[in-house]
Amino acid sequence: MQLARVIGTVVATTKDEGLAGRTLLVLQPLSPGYEQVGIPLVAVDSVGAGRGEDVFFVRGREAAFPFLPAAVPTDASVVGICDWWSTNAGPVAPKSRQPRARRRSTRAAVKSRT
Amino acid sequence: MRLARVVGTVVATQKNPKLEGAKLLLAQPVDQHDEPMGPTQLAIDSVGAGTGDLVLLVLEGRAAGTALGRRGAPVDAAIVGIVDP
Repeated sequence: MQLARVIGTVVATTKDEGLAGRTLLVLQPLSPGYEQVGIPLVAVDSVGAGRGEDVFFVRGREAAFPFLPAAVPTDASVVGICDWWSTNAGPVAPKSRQPRARRRSTRAAVKSRT
Repeated sequence: MRLARVVGTVVATQKNPKLEGAKLLLAQPVDQHDEPMGPTQLAIDSVGAGTGDLVLLVLEGRAAGTALGRRGAPVDAAIVGIVDP
């Protein structure tokens, strides 16, 4: 599994039946230090992730497991949304994203003002 | 199996139900001189490893699922041993 950020979605009308109704996300794999690693890829979502969120994804045959018994022809699937991670140097702060809880409270504050 | 250095931990509330209760560690594969090689992997831990430990890392789905002890878990990496210091 690898860390990644959701950087977009894919819309494809013509696709394999097994992919019908599935959300396709464009992922940029990340290092623990939030540096981009490798090239972006498309993965099927299994946890309700959205653009801008930090997630982890699984590759290979196991990518189809979250959807069993449905047969989904995929080689990459998002299987979790990261709250945070820490390394030897301590907690790593996201570079371009507010922590989720804080983002929510900001939205609530704006709402209460109006 | 690869040798890897545990470099961190990940906390994720929202995840696949088969991963509930599993410990998630960031493992950086290393060569025989302890130099990083390739991208950092997120692996489930089945042996109680901690940050800084040199570990054995399997990068294959079936082996990782066996290590977790759950059939049909969507995992492709697992820590299966701690190298003696």
